[in-house]
Amino acid sequence: MALTPPAGDPAPIAEPILLGIYRNIYATRRFELTCIELYRQGHIRGYLHPYLGEEAVAAGACAALRPDDYIVSTHRGHGHCISKGADLSLMMAEITGKATGYCRGRGGSMHISSKQVNNLGANGIVGGGIPIAAGAAMGIMVRQTDQVVVAFFSDGASNNGVFAESLNMAGIFRLPVIFMLENNHYAVSTPIECATGCCDLAGRGPAYGVPGICVDGNDAVAVYHETLRAAGRARRGEGPTLIEAKTFRHGGHHVNDPGLYMDPQALAEWKARDPLTLMKQVIADPSKTRIIETEVESELEAAVAFALRSPEPDVAEFIAGIPEH
Amino acid sequence: MVEMMYREALRRALDEEMQRDPLVFLMGETIAERGGSYKVTEGLWQKYGSRRVIDTPIAEASFTGMAVGAALVGCRPVVEILFVDFAMLVMDQIVNQAAKIEFISGGQGKVPMVLRTQGGAGNGLAAQHSQSLEALFYHIPGLKLVMPATPADACGLLKSAIRDDDPVIFIEHKLLYMTRGPVPEEEFLIPLGKAEIKRPGRDATLITYSHMTLKCLEAAAFLEKEGIRVEVIDLRTLAPLDTETLLDSVRRTGRAVVVHEACKRGGVGGDIAAMLMEQAYDDLDGPVLRIAGRNTPIPYNLKIERACVPSVEEIVAGVLSIL
Repeated sequence: MALTPPAGDPAPIAEPILLGIYRNIYATRRFELTCIELYRQGHIRGYLHPYLGEEAVAAGACAALRPDDYIVSTHRGHGHCISKGADLSLMMAEITGKATGYCRGRGGSMHISSKQVNNLGANGIVGGGIPIAAGAAMGIMVRQTDQVVVAFFSDGASNNGVFAESLNMAGIFRLPVIFMLENNHYAVSTPIECATGCCDLAGRGPAYGVPGICVDGNDAVAVYHETLRAAGRARRGEGPTLIEAKTFRHGGHHVNDPGLYMDPQALAEWKARDPLTLMKQVIADPSKTRIIETEVESELEAAVAFALRSPEPDVAEFIAGIPEH
Repeated sequence: MVEMMYREALRRALDEEMQRDPLVFLMGETIAERGGSYKVTEGLWQKYGSRRVIDTPIAEASFTGMAVGAALVGCRPVVEILFVDFAMLVMDQIVNQAAKIEFISGGQGKVPMVLRTQGGAGNGLAAQHSQSLEALFYHIPGLKLVMPATPADACGLLKSAIRDDDPVIFIEHKLLYMTRGPVPEEEFLIPLGKAEIKRPGRDATLITYSHMTLKCLEAAAFLEKEGIRVEVIDLRTLAPLDTETLLDSVRRTGRAVVVHEACKRGGVGGDIAAMLMEQAYDDLDGPVLRIAGRNTPIPYNLKIERACVPSVEEIVAGVLSIL
């Protein structure tokens, strides 16, 4: 079983879907930049892993999903959450550690989840979410619905044992899961060529009887098409797909990592193919993108205001909820 | 009451819960047509089919992680890990995922899964198939931990574990599967977090769980002939710990011995002893004694294997030493 070529001559996409994709790329870009600013001001603590440069993967993939489909996210998970439709205010409140956040200030950036939009959660353990996604797909089979699950994870996670195990499981049980491998070329600071002897990570799919497809991860439309095809297969009971979306981080591993180890030439080349610019060109109507941008800006402004005025969790209430034994 | 074996009682619990709730399903190695290595799931695949009784490859980390995911989307999976020793392969999924998700999601996500496994020495299975590792799970906030000793407790507690909304680690003992005992004929539940006084007494309290309960009862019967009446408390659930029953008993007897098979260092017994010291110091007539497994890997040879685990004689001697 060789790699499956990306779908040629895909059907045109309805405009509202394209605009939705643009909205999510733009919202993620602006959300991340705002988070970095709030981090510098001390409103966000701990680890913050921006999704800058990779926005098209989540935006393209989630546009191909239904609201009742599930996603499993990663430590670099804001883009997944936004693209699945989460509320920016509840997200920002969580990331600033407020009681009004999605997780009542207990999860933060690295553990954000939203039941409202079926985001089963980001994960602080690289690869930790992959079997959870396979299990959600198993749960769907037990419940006999036609939902699907998208597992977002990175090239780094694809070298972890549970990736291989979960791919194998999905192949055996033909689970309705899409493994969305975001190959951003770095595992923290280790370049992908130092972490694997193979070139296309999608090639690991066919080894387990799971179709593997490489796609340009900066091209949201291409990601959308492949996800839609994979979701269709999954809903028809035809099983899982591994999609490798090749993309690139626009910065270091986290907010305090300047990413000096990154290849400057590669970074420049990928930045020249910025997913935001590419999507803007697809829409090719500045009046439409401008409306979206204005809406996002006011939503984001409201989100920051909401987060900053929200109360922190009450210590006494928190302690009272902990059982002694 | 009907008499049944421990493994039959477990099977009855699984069967009744699968009958009652279509969202309960089983995953594990060789549990389907073969019925499991300890025959607990025998007949369930034939009854419920391969959609609900699922044979997995030998890939503990992923099928346990899958139980977490299935639980998150509303199912009630029960996974079987053949030996608790193999649960070391799934610690990320148990400790970092199952135990944390409800907390880090602020209550949005629930993980109503049960991880059934078995541990303990006694069959010459050597160091990687004989451990008692409950302290590892006991230490982790967010997990419930159940270790039943009798067929009735095995049945009633497993049913409660399946219905519980938290992840439950349910550790059976390999020497118990063939033991017999009375089990109520009609459906019944035993709540998690409730210890049981298996034998009342007034001179000392023996606090124990799992297979050691049988040895403590034997020791208590022997001591009774000497005119010493020992109360035997079977914890049944280690987390949450029924401190009330323990404190109440120790306040009456004034003396306590904690007995477990797991090695003494870092064991559950140390925590229970400390809790009694902190909360019932004035009622104690002497220090709380721990009788526990030796701090060693379990050897293959039966004679030296036996030397690693507390015996009835040691328990008797321990009680006599504090009276």
